[in-house]
Amino acid sequence: MTQPVGSAQQAGGAHSAPRLALELEKISKSFGPVRANRDIDLQVESGTIHGIIGENGAGKSTLMKILYGMQGADSGRMLVNGKDEDIRSSADAIAKGIGMVHQHFMLVPTFSVLENVMLGTEGGALLADGRTATRKLLAEFAEHYGMRVDPDALVGSLPVGIRQRVEIIKALKGGAKILILDEPTGVLTPQETEGLFDILRVLKADGVTILLITHKLDEIMAITDRVSVMRRGEMVGHRDTKDTNPQELAELMVGRKVLLQVDHTPANPQELRLTVDGLGARSKAGHQVLQDISFELRAGEILGVAGVSGNGQSELMETLAGMRAVGEGGFDLLGHRVDARNPKGPDAMRDLGLAHIPEDRHHHGLILSFQVQENVILGYHHGPLTGQGLLMDRDKIRQHSERLIEEFDVRNGRSNVLAKHLSGGNQQKVVIAREVDAVPKVLIVGQPTRGVDVGAIEFIHKQLIALRDRGCAILLISVELEEIMSLSDRIIVMNAGRLVGEVARGQADENELGLMMGGGRAKPKVPAAQGEASHV
Amino acid sequence: MNEMIMPFILTLDATLRLASPLMLCAMAGIFAERSGIVDISLEGKLLSGAFVAAAVTTASGSVWVGLGAAMIATMSLSALHGFATITHRGDQVVSGLAINMLAMGLTIVVGHAVYGRGGQTPALTNDLRFSPNTLWLSDMLKDVPLLGPIYSELLSGHNLLVYLALISVPATAFILYRTRFGLRLRAVGEVPEAVDTAGISVFWLRYRALILGGLLCGIAGAYLSVALGAGFAREMSAGKGYIALAAVIFGNWRPFRALGACLMFGFLESLSTRLEGVELPLVGELPTQLMLALPYVLTVLLLAGFIGRPTPPAAIGQPYIK
Repeated sequence: MTQPVGSAQQAGGAHSAPRLALELEKISKSFGPVRANRDIDLQVESGTIHGIIGENGAGKSTLMKILYGMQGADSGRMLVNGKDEDIRSSADAIAKGIGMVHQHFMLVPTFSVLENVMLGTEGGALLADGRTATRKLLAEFAEHYGMRVDPDALVGSLPVGIRQRVEIIKALKGGAKILILDEPTGVLTPQETEGLFDILRVLKADGVTILLITHKLDEIMAITDRVSVMRRGEMVGHRDTKDTNPQELAELMVGRKVLLQVDHTPANPQELRLTVDGLGARSKAGHQVLQDISFELRAGEILGVAGVSGNGQSELMETLAGMRAVGEGGFDLLGHRVDARNPKGPDAMRDLGLAHIPEDRHHHGLILSFQVQENVILGYHHGPLTGQGLLMDRDKIRQHSERLIEEFDVRNGRSNVLAKHLSGGNQQKVVIAREVDAVPKVLIVGQPTRGVDVGAIEFIHKQLIALRDRGCAILLISVELEEIMSLSDRIIVMNAGRLVGEVARGQADENELGLMMGGGRAKPKVPAAQGEASHV
Repeated sequence: MNEMIMPFILTLDATLRLASPLMLCAMAGIFAERSGIVDISLEGKLLSGAFVAAAVTTASGSVWVGLGAAMIATMSLSALHGFATITHRGDQVVSGLAINMLAMGLTIVVGHAVYGRGGQTPALTNDLRFSPNTLWLSDMLKDVPLLGPIYSELLSGHNLLVYLALISVPATAFILYRTRFGLRLRAVGEVPEAVDTAGISVFWLRYRALILGGLLCGIAGAYLSVALGAGFAREMSAGKGYIALAAVIFGNWRPFRALGACLMFGFLESLSTRLEGVELPLVGELPTQLMLALPYVLTVLLLAGFIGRPTPPAAIGQPYIK
């Protein structure tokens, strides 16, 4: 059963007539009072790349879980290759030739690639034969699709892009002809994303039908043949990709007009707020993660930090926010010196007027099991927000949180809702509301729109610009190059823990920045596959 | 020459005898914990196994029937643990603790009700126990220097269950690393979602792991009451189940390393009996309680990070929710 996909005869037969690989009729699914999917109709043509786009919480993931048998639909019909199928478990889906690459990888980090791939198709009670067969399968994948992975490498030690490759091989190993990818690019660098798209194109040419779920418009435009848009549990439109544009799709997703481009007005930089000179820091293991970083940040400007994820941006943020010890050098924050001899913790930084919107809102930004009203005072709970005296003034806290919910448009937000029950975008709004409302003099913000839907992105971007215009100095760190380019007044680029360059707004295009992010090597074109090549 | 090494051989011989129930329970613990289920109910299963083995052997007149009954009893307790923690996603420590308390109470109550001898079962005669087996050629080789006593005293002359305990270690390693069941078992303790999406039932896999562990605990229990001892005495497991769990952690959830820990703990116990009342030069008489407490002390030190770092299965303790 472990036969590679896409044999020659399959690819040849695909063009005779447009066949439907997958057909959904009136699929509905409710969780209690929430109707996650309502009368979903979908037709996916065989051998195409079909995109499904929608905001977070639109019901995309639920639909895919129904397709893959992880959740049962309440009603509706599903046809696979023209045949009525009842898919009740992942095993059923696999048997019908459906493979899935999950948003959170379904890999065992302590297992080798080989063991991960063979899990579920061991080919007998003893593993010896299965190992040989799987090794052969991996070799075939390497030869056929250029998906090279070391069978004996521990999955936990592989970069994310390669792990995803293992996931794809796992999904296809049984000869799956329909491949579902749920938000596959969320964790990838631009280079890794390009590598993934290359693989998808090869698979498509081989007759595999691909269903790509995403909330990123540019990916839909770049790779799909057809796209279906979901909004609030319903299918609101189907388009051929070549006949549509991002603007139209965004409007379908959100249900109203959205500004994809931020209204960026020229900055008016004032006095110096933050001066970093020769800053260095080390990881727990003793590796130099920041080296000789120097820059200045003034009131009333947004300084963007660009870089491929993992090149020291996170460490820079942590050091400036007081979460990581300064190694060499130091920085002057609002007239206070911080260095190895004068360390300051996050609370001291906050007291000086520095606010921090961390890149990982689940671990550093929020306490998910706390209510919204408790989350909006975190870090400021010793201040006037909680009233006088020993006890917290509950009414005052609730009023404060209700005001923020209103002002920052936290949807479905009530003060006593637990943070974990909010969608990603609304959680982020809670964090932003808390930090922005403190009227910081300096704001450090990391990945402000990661995992956030289009409507909320627009809102968050507007908030940042407004805060800048009120005279705040903002350091913006993001792996979304587009975000950096549209919001920043100046851009600095990081590579391998160092600054590799600075450009003013509008002075560099995506290609030039991409080159600098890759280490400044002067090549004529964007090195799309560079990140990939180094791992193979 | 052989006389000189005899004390050492005898200490090691006792080590093996004392470590056998630890090995069986530790392997049971490895199966359970590698599948992602914390199993502190090893202690309760060991105790119940001991009681049922003694009681049923007395009633039926066959030690084999007693062993079988003990295994069925402990597998049932494992299934109960599974029902609480896998099916109903209960807290694994609480469920395990409940089983331990249940076992401690039930063995005493039933023992009193049936036999009325302060919770003991009637003493078993030698033909109703697993008696020592003399290994092949043991008598002939006994006088060979060095190797002779090792073979005929240390390895030979144990009952069948000791050998079973020794075999259980490589068998566990084989199952874990060489079989399909073992691969899936290790996976389900790390990332159960990966097993589920591969089309394999997480629940059924974990149940099988627990029940297999129950079977091993049953053998260990029978060993206490109808092989090492000759009848059941109240609370006769005396914390061995917990020590076995400590050995699992000490062995970093790997069979052979856990074997090493079991032997070390068994050695400490045999040493404590041997050194009881013995004046050592310079230090004087060692309190035996100290030796008996050492396994726990060492485990605490290990967990605190002073001796290496244990890496438990990633999904341990977390109920699987689809």
